[in-house]
Amino acid sequence: MTDGTPRDTSRERPAAPSGAILAPGYTFTTLTDKLASIALSRRTPKAWFFGAFVGFSLTMVLLFAVTWLVFRGIGVWGVNQPVGWGFEIVNFVWWIGIGHAGTLISAILLLLRQPWRNSINRFAEAMTIFAVACAGLYPALHTGRPWLDYWLLPYPNTMGMWPNFRSPLIWDVFAVSTYATVSVLFWYVGMIPDLATLRDRAKKLRAKVLYGMLAMGWRGSARHWQRYETASLLLAGLATPLVVSVHTVVSFDFAAGIVPGWHATIFPPYFVAGAIYAGFAMVLTLAIPLRKIYGLEDFITARHLDNMAKILLATGLIVGYGYMMEAFMAFYGGNPYERYVFWNRLGGPYKHMYWALMFCNLLAPQALWFRRVRRSVPALFLMAMIVNVGMWLERYVIVVVSLHRDFLPSSWGMYHGTIFDWATFVGSIGLFLALMFLFIRLLPMISIFEMRQILPEAKAAEEEA
Amino acid sequence: MSEKKIYGLMAEFENPNDLVAAARQAREAGYVKLDAYTPYPIEALAEALDIHDRRLPAVVLGGGILGGLFGYALCYWTSVVAYPLNIGGKPFHSAPAFIVPTFETTILFAAFAAVLGMLGLNGLPMPYHPVFNTPRFALASRDRFFLCIEARDPKFDRDETWAFLTRLAPRVVMDVEE
Repeated sequence: MTDGTPRDTSRERPAAPSGAILAPGYTFTTLTDKLASIALSRRTPKAWFFGAFVGFSLTMVLLFAVTWLVFRGIGVWGVNQPVGWGFEIVNFVWWIGIGHAGTLISAILLLLRQPWRNSINRFAEAMTIFAVACAGLYPALHTGRPWLDYWLLPYPNTMGMWPNFRSPLIWDVFAVSTYATVSVLFWYVGMIPDLATLRDRAKKLRAKVLYGMLAMGWRGSARHWQRYETASLLLAGLATPLVVSVHTVVSFDFAAGIVPGWHATIFPPYFVAGAIYAGFAMVLTLAIPLRKIYGLEDFITARHLDNMAKILLATGLIVGYGYMMEAFMAFYGGNPYERYVFWNRLGGPYKHMYWALMFCNLLAPQALWFRRVRRSVPALFLMAMIVNVGMWLERYVIVVVSLHRDFLPSSWGMYHGTIFDWATFVGSIGLFLALMFLFIRLLPMISIFEMRQILPEAKAAEEEA
Repeated sequence: MSEKKIYGLMAEFENPNDLVAAARQAREAGYVKLDAYTPYPIEALAEALDIHDRRLPAVVLGGGILGGLFGYALCYWTSVVAYPLNIGGKPFHSAPAFIVPTFETTILFAAFAAVLGMLGLNGLPMPYHPVFNTPRFALASRDRFFLCIEARDPKFDRDETWAFLTRLAPRVVMDVEE
């Protein structure tokens, strides 16, 4: 296949040459004005109102579901013996996995000096924070008395009690809260120079004051930049092991238990790969409509989509390897319960879920081997949606199918999510969308100062100096 | 000529090369209290201005070590001293289990040290700074490159420095009022 031109030839302007990470013809001035105008413009695209409306409406569904939950107790969910972890833990793992791509793009690709990340890192980081916020909701609600959730934290109290640090669940509290905090720090620090740009470009007083306060008096001093760059690199270096640790610890919630189907050493790496896989699918899910709505094809080019599709394919293969190893260990390990769990996945009452998962995560993404698919925007969006569904199914299979039939047939049972499980899930997607749309409207969703660095003007200066 | 007290003199350049060259010449001319303002980080500029502050990595290392010690001490003290619980016959001092919270607090403290250290060493947040008194300075966050020689420089003389900056062929030279 020699024809590598992008499929979306509907645009009037000359497309960025395939392989370019930025369309030609931009200068410091035009680039800054175009990217800053997204947050500063008075005219909001109609599609924004539509998206925000959907997001806020679904957030209302979440509020309703949570209110009812607090009012009646977690019996409104379908969880009971033997499946005590249902949708909520599935959703928790799903959301937190989605977050991982943001940190991967902002930290690991920074350390690897991949300049193509500069146009997607900011909103991917925002995606991380909002996904972690949605994830955190679930264990917090699952405690049953969310108003006592602060008991999870180690603090001196009149009960004289402390958390048990040998439990993976308390590790999770530490891992997820650290991850959320560090992600917010990284995101905010990354935005300071752009907030200064917005402060200087804003016309209205209110915007000037608000962006001004957030920019903290940033003035672009060479001395500041030097420390700023050091801080960014160090934060990236810290966030890299952190992001690996988070999903590892999440997998410990399962792997440290003795439930057949959970007790596997492959879990940590396989969860981390799955997280990156799910995360890149979500980045594509967001990037494809955003570049269309805001006309950002010059910044998020065919090359970006192609690179992300390749990462999707690679991590998908690692995840596929994880599935194979799970199957291999179930048989090679010689434990009859483990073996039964595996047969039960393949042919038990939830077999549709399992085969759908295999289709979504293993079979369908193989289409990404073809350049034609990677360069076709609609095909890529479809792939991303398939992987989003597939990763949710994967966690469903791990959580529910393992729990519903354990050692004793007398304690077997079935689990189905109730309307409130679904409402909470759909509602959290709404919360995520609502936060995402607010972010896009109010803050610089593409890192302006990092984009300046990949301009030809900046490149020329570097070579000369 | 205005009688107002000035913070320094500011020269505006059109592109990063001119700024780096100008910064280098200003250093060679013997100016020491000077700073450059750019819309994005330029490594060559840090070299030209001879900026090398190595304190931040030390601050972050300190934060990390403190976080690690705090995390492990927290696990140890609660599990062994304050609230010993027998969990499946495991020792009260379960070192392998304590590694995870220790790791997380290490990262957390180091990240805070990186952010607060960077802001602290940069003197941010700073609600007022004289450079903003120059109306054109708003372009420093967009597409222009500025060099400022400060009045506290021992070699600073308003007229002589003005002439020097003019020789560097900037777009414009401006007073920065205090």
